[in-house]
Amino acid sequence: MDFSLTPDQQNIRDTILKHCQQFSPEYWLQHDHDGVFPQEFFRSMVEGGWLGMAMPSEYGGSGLGITEAAVMMQAVAESGAGMSGASSIHIPVFSVQPVVLFGNEQQKKRILPRVVGGEDRVCFAVTEPNAGLNTTEIKTRAEKREGGYLVNGEKIWISTAQVSNKMLLLARTTPLEQVKKKTEGLSLFYTDLDRAKVEVRLIHKMGRHAVDSNMLFINDLFVPEEDRIGEEGQGFKILLHGLNPERVLVAAEAIGIGRAAIFRAARYARERIVFGRPIGMNQGIQHPLAKCWAQLEAANLMVMKAATLFDKGQECGVEANTGKYLAGEFAFEACHTAMLTLGGMGYAQEYHIERLLREVLIPRTAPVSPHMILNFLAEKVLELPKSY
Amino acid sequence: MKVLVSVKRVVDYNVRIQVKSDGSGVVTDGVKFSMNPFDEIAMEEAVRLREKGKVTEIVAVTIGGAKNEETLRSALAFGADRAIHIKEEGEVQPLTAAKAFAAVLKKEGAQLFLCGKQAIDDDANQTGQMVASLLDIAQATFASKVEVDGSKAQITREIDAGLETLEVDLPAVVSVDLRLNEPRYLKLPDIMKAKKKPIETIGLGDVGVAVEAGTKTVKVAPPPARAKGVMVKTVDELVSALKAKGLV
Repeated sequence: MDFSLTPDQQNIRDTILKHCQQFSPEYWLQHDHDGVFPQEFFRSMVEGGWLGMAMPSEYGGSGLGITEAAVMMQAVAESGAGMSGASSIHIPVFSVQPVVLFGNEQQKKRILPRVVGGEDRVCFAVTEPNAGLNTTEIKTRAEKREGGYLVNGEKIWISTAQVSNKMLLLARTTPLEQVKKKTEGLSLFYTDLDRAKVEVRLIHKMGRHAVDSNMLFINDLFVPEEDRIGEEGQGFKILLHGLNPERVLVAAEAIGIGRAAIFRAARYARERIVFGRPIGMNQGIQHPLAKCWAQLEAANLMVMKAATLFDKGQECGVEANTGKYLAGEFAFEACHTAMLTLGGMGYAQEYHIERLLREVLIPRTAPVSPHMILNFLAEKVLELPKSY
Repeated sequence: MKVLVSVKRVVDYNVRIQVKSDGSGVVTDGVKFSMNPFDEIAMEEAVRLREKGKVTEIVAVTIGGAKNEETLRSALAFGADRAIHIKEEGEVQPLTAAKAFAAVLKKEGAQLFLCGKQAIDDDANQTGQMVASLLDIAQATFASKVEVDGSKAQITREIDAGLETLEVDLPAVVSVDLRLNEPRYLKLPDIMKAKKKPIETIGLGDVGVAVEAGTKTVKVAPPPARAKGVMVKTVDELVSALKAKGLV
C-alpha cells in the first residue's frame, strides 16, 4: 500500500502547475466572458508534448498511464484553469484512446500523430437528446452504402465541435430490432466533421463558456469504410473500455477545482481583516474549509486508487464510480464553502470563486450523475435489486 | 565547446518559509523543493548557446544528498547531455561546493562554468567567484547578456551606473542574473528523455575535497512582524514624527 505519487508523477504535477502559471486566472475569466476557445493554452500544451501523454511513443506520445493523465488534468484544473482548461485538452489526451486500442495500424499512423500535434482537432459525438445515459438507445443511424456508410441523426453535449475538424462518432449500424443484444449493432467512426452535412449549434450554458458545447444535426453524412474504428457492431464494447478512466479523470479535475477554491478562500481569510482581526481566525471560517480539504483529499485517495488499479489492468468500476461520486460532491461543497468564506466578494467574478462554482457543476453531473452512481453501488456492492 | 552548469536544490520560491521553533533553521519537512531559479537561467543560457551552435556539450553538476538527483533530472530535461552528482548528505558550504566544482571543471576541461548569481536559500553569492579564484581563471558575475566567440566571451552586467561589458578569456566562470533570459517550460518528451540520460555519482573524496565548515549558523529567526503604523495628516507632522524618532 503506497499512497504517494512517484517522483515522475510529482514531477508531472509540479511541471504542469508551473506551465499553467503562464495563464492567469484573469486569462480564464476573460475567456469565460468572451466564450473564445483558449487557443494559446491549447497550443502551449501541444508544444509541451502534453497531449500525447497517454499515447504510444511510436505515434508521437509518451506512453504513460491514466494515473499520470489524472495527475496532469488535476494540476491543470487546480491551477485556476478549472474545466475551461481541462476540457480544452480532455479529448486529445483521453477520448481518442479507442483509436489507440482498437484502430488498425494504418488508422493509428494516420490519426494519432495529427492529434498529438494539434493539427487535427477532435470532438466526441456519442450522447443524444433522446437517449441520455441509455446509450444503446441512440437513434443516429449509419446505413451501409458502397464503400462506407450514410449517417443521419442528432447528438447533444458535444464539446469543442465549434473548433473541431474531426469527430469520433457513435452510430447504430444494425437496427435495434435486428440484434440479439441491445449492446450490439453500434459502431464507432473517426471521420471528418463536414460542416456541409453536419450543423453545429451552440448550447448556451451556465459555465465553462470558453469550451463550447453543442448539438449536432447530421444529415446524409457519408463516412468511408476506412474511418470505422474496430469491427462493425462492436462500438459499444469499445466505448465501455473508456468509461472507468473517464470517471477517474473527471473526478481528478473536480478535486483540482475544489482545491483551487479552498486555497483561494483560505488566502482571503488570512488577509481579510474585519473587527480588527483576520476572518480566518474564526473557527466558523476555519472548520468548514478544513472539513472541505479533508473531504477532497479522501476523495483523491479513492480516485488515485481507481487510476492505479486501471493501470495495473485490474477491475476498477466500483472505485472509479465511488471516486467520481465523492469528488463531484465534495468539490461542489468546497466551491460553495469558498464562496461563503468570501461573503459578498465570493459573488464577484474578479475573485474567481463563482467561476469555479459554476464549472464544478460539470464534473458533479457528468459523465454520469451522482444518482446513477449510487444506483450502481447499491446494486454492485450492496447487492440490492435494480430500481429502474 | 563544453559547458559545465551548476544547479542547486532549494526550497521552492512559492513556499511560505517557516523558521523552526528552536531557531536552528527553516522547516524543510514536507516542503516543495525545486531548482534554484537563477540556476534555471544558467541552464537556459547553456541550451541557447548550443542552439546558436556555440556549445557542443552541456554537463550539469550538483552537490548534495540523494534527493538532488531530481534537480539533475530537471537539468537533463532542460537539455543537459549528462550530469554529475557529487553526493554529500551533510551540510555543504560555498567553499566546499566551489572546490568540488573547480575539480570537476578541470577534469572535464569545460571552457565555461555557468551558475546562478546566488541560491535563493542562503543568498551567499560566493560559489561562482570562488571557483574562478581556485582555478585562477576569469570571472564575470551578474550577467545580463552572454556572447561567446572562439576563445573569448563578452559578458554584459547590470551595475549601478548602467550596463558594463567585459571581455573574458576562456575558460571562465559566468554567474547569471535575473534578466539574462526567461527559462523555457519543460516539455513532457524532454522529461521522458531525461530519464535515460546518464548521471554519474561521485563522492567528495573522488575529487580530492574534504568537507569544510568555515562558518557556523548560530541562529535563524523570522523577520520581525511589522509594527503598527501611525497615521499623519500633514507633511509637517510627518517630518516632526521622523525627527522625534531620530530618522532624519
